[in-house]
Amino acid sequence: MGRAVRAASLGAGFLALSGGAVAVAGSLLEGTARIGFGPAGSAVVPLRVAGIMCGVIAVIAAIGWFIGRGRGRNWYLGCGATAIVAFLITAAARGTSLDLTGLMAQSVRMATPIALGALAGILCERSGVINIAIEGMMLTGACAGFITATFARSSGIGVIAAVVAGGLMAALHALLTITHRTDQIVSGTAINILAVGITGFARRSLLLREGLPMVKILPTIHLPLLSQIPIVGPVLFSHQPIVFVSVALLVIIHIGLYYTPWGVRTRACGEHPRAADTVGIRVNRLRIINVIAGGLVAGLAGAWFSLETTGTFDDVMTSGKGFIALAAMIFGKWRPFGAFLGALLFGFADALQIKLQVLGIGIPYQILGMLPYLVTIIALTGLVGRAVPPAADGQPYISGE
Amino acid sequence: MTGPWKHWRRALVPVLAVFTALAAGFLLVTLTNGFEAARLAYSGLWAGAFGRWRALADSLVAATPYLLTGLAVTLGFRCGLFNIGAEGQLYVGALAAAAVGVHITVLPWAIHLPLTVLAGMAAGMAWGAFPGWLKARTGAHEVINTIMMNFIAIALVDVLVKGPLCDPASTIPRTANVAETARLPLLAPNTRLHAGFLLALLCAIGVWLLLTRLPLGFEIRAVGANPDAAQQAGIRVRRSYVLALGMSGAIAGLAGAGEVLGLNGNLPAAFSSGYGFDGIAVALLARANPIAVIPAALLWGALRNGAGLMQLRSGISVDLINIIQALVIMFVAADAIVRWLYRIKGESSDLVTLRGWGAQ
Repeated sequence: MGRAVRAASLGAGFLALSGGAVAVAGSLLEGTARIGFGPAGSAVVPLRVAGIMCGVIAVIAAIGWFIGRGRGRNWYLGCGATAIVAFLITAAARGTSLDLTGLMAQSVRMATPIALGALAGILCERSGVINIAIEGMMLTGACAGFITATFARSSGIGVIAAVVAGGLMAALHALLTITHRTDQIVSGTAINILAVGITGFARRSLLLREGLPMVKILPTIHLPLLSQIPIVGPVLFSHQPIVFVSVALLVIIHIGLYYTPWGVRTRACGEHPRAADTVGIRVNRLRIINVIAGGLVAGLAGAWFSLETTGTFDDVMTSGKGFIALAAMIFGKWRPFGAFLGALLFGFADALQIKLQVLGIGIPYQILGMLPYLVTIIALTGLVGRAVPPAADGQPYISGE
Repeated sequence: MTGPWKHWRRALVPVLAVFTALAAGFLLVTLTNGFEAARLAYSGLWAGAFGRWRALADSLVAATPYLLTGLAVTLGFRCGLFNIGAEGQLYVGALAAAAVGVHITVLPWAIHLPLTVLAGMAAGMAWGAFPGWLKARTGAHEVINTIMMNFIAIALVDVLVKGPLCDPASTIPRTANVAETARLPLLAPNTRLHAGFLLALLCAIGVWLLLTRLPLGFEIRAVGANPDAAQQAGIRVRRSYVLALGMSGAIAGLAGAGEVLGLNGNLPAAFSSGYGFDGIAVALLARANPIAVIPAALLWGALRNGAGLMQLRSGISVDLINIIQALVIMFVAADAIVRWLYRIKGESSDLVTLRGWGAQ
């Protein structure tokens, strides 16, 4: 127990401190902010009131969290964190107006590669293979997808190429870790470095020349009727295809993992491969399949960067999203819906950082850019309770010993 | 095999791994750009690395940060920790050294230089010890946290070098030059070879002594071998995590300080060369042996230093070096491939055993 209690008191202290800081900062701030929901209207919020209210809520939540027990504590944490974030948003919008609908839609968009990466991680790790190479698989996917889209003049074919490229990198990971039993973290690191090398090499060999056709980014799809709903419509139902696919994959992987024979086998291999072997599951074969499936998903996440967002490919354009995806996976305790929630949290941190930059609030953009990374560190300290990985995660399996 | 041979045999697989990776790189260039380009690329690589006395000295200069970051990663490995954060620790080390070197100007050389170097090491140490402390306290995995600390360090250096520390007289964003009293002296005239290389060699010997001769090193290795057993034996495992990552960070911080005080004389904004990540490759190639880090780092320095002339002569981009590097890691890590390729008999050895996500 000791460690969990320490982590909790650490977090509660941190939350109380932030709450106090918010209250003090708020009481010193002049001015108002207009917070709105798109065309649905907006409200004028005085900063001083917002700061003191949010600060007090955060401090109360910290106290509740510190003395509370069980699941209820997460609610305290959620309330406290929300209060602090709410104040940050209000402060950022000082003197101007802020459209929350746009911010939330952007959060969902920015959460997509993280969610896909986390799902890829879940596929691998629930079967017992650690995959820190998601970053490299994404990067390879982004590069292969973009190059294919450029030369095939079709973004759709590019997406397929991205998925395949992610799968190939995953096959390499499977070869190294399952067939040759290399340390899984070392193999992952090697793949990450290899991805940087290959994609940089490919970019300079193939893309740095005049007269290449422009790549069209994937079109935005407005789901009929659903996208007409106020607030919810633009936030959830007007997006580009990979966003929708990530939600579909979330549901598919959740059902697959918990309600199909494949899911039972996967979880058995991740928790107790010896027992799984005894009942006739071919552990290493299943792990290879799962790792490659994870790579396909990570490759799709790569396509998000080059084909859904920017329409270009830059060196190291995934900028650590693959690692943030792992943090989301751990945050969600290796469960699809939990990981998706974590991804939304990181997506929100990302979107907020972009929004704050656009609003120009006098804080250097590099400091704001640290936000998602800080959130990751805080999330990993186990503030949401102990995250227990699959028991056999990271251990190679040798049959018949 | 007996006697000294047994010792050298351990180097067989890494040497063959390097050879195989270089050969694979050659094949890649031959396939994409033709044989002539590959020949030009590799002759350029050789000439750029060893061609003349100055090129050789530059290879040693280039090897210095790899030697230090390689040692930093090695020290982590021996404690069962994967320090991917050497890059960030190097950054903050460079930042602290630059800040102290530029802004303190009244001290004599004998005090200022050590103070500046120590500032860099202290900053790196703090940057490394923090993820170690998080791991010890909460079990948060150091791989992710050190990577996050990298991003934060890089952003921090960027904002400070472009902002408060920026030299207004310079056309590119960088700090002012550090005071002459904080510069590491040159070792040979008409080269860029500076005393940081000697410091790095001393560090290698220091880490070796620590790991093989000192009680603390024994504790670190015990934790690395089996934390549960170490705990049972009364070793304070969490303290070892913090200390190992802290010392690892200090060495990486020294690498950053050396680049500022020995090579550049200032800290430019676009400072990254991925030394921290290359340190991982160097440590793996050296099989986490602090003395073997020296030749591994020299090789890396030579590859990087020769890459410039390679690109100039053949037009092959320096990314080729990244690919070769990744292949070296793979061949060393999955030594079954090399053993199969060259029909080497004998058991493949466990390189490093890192433990999952640190569920304890």
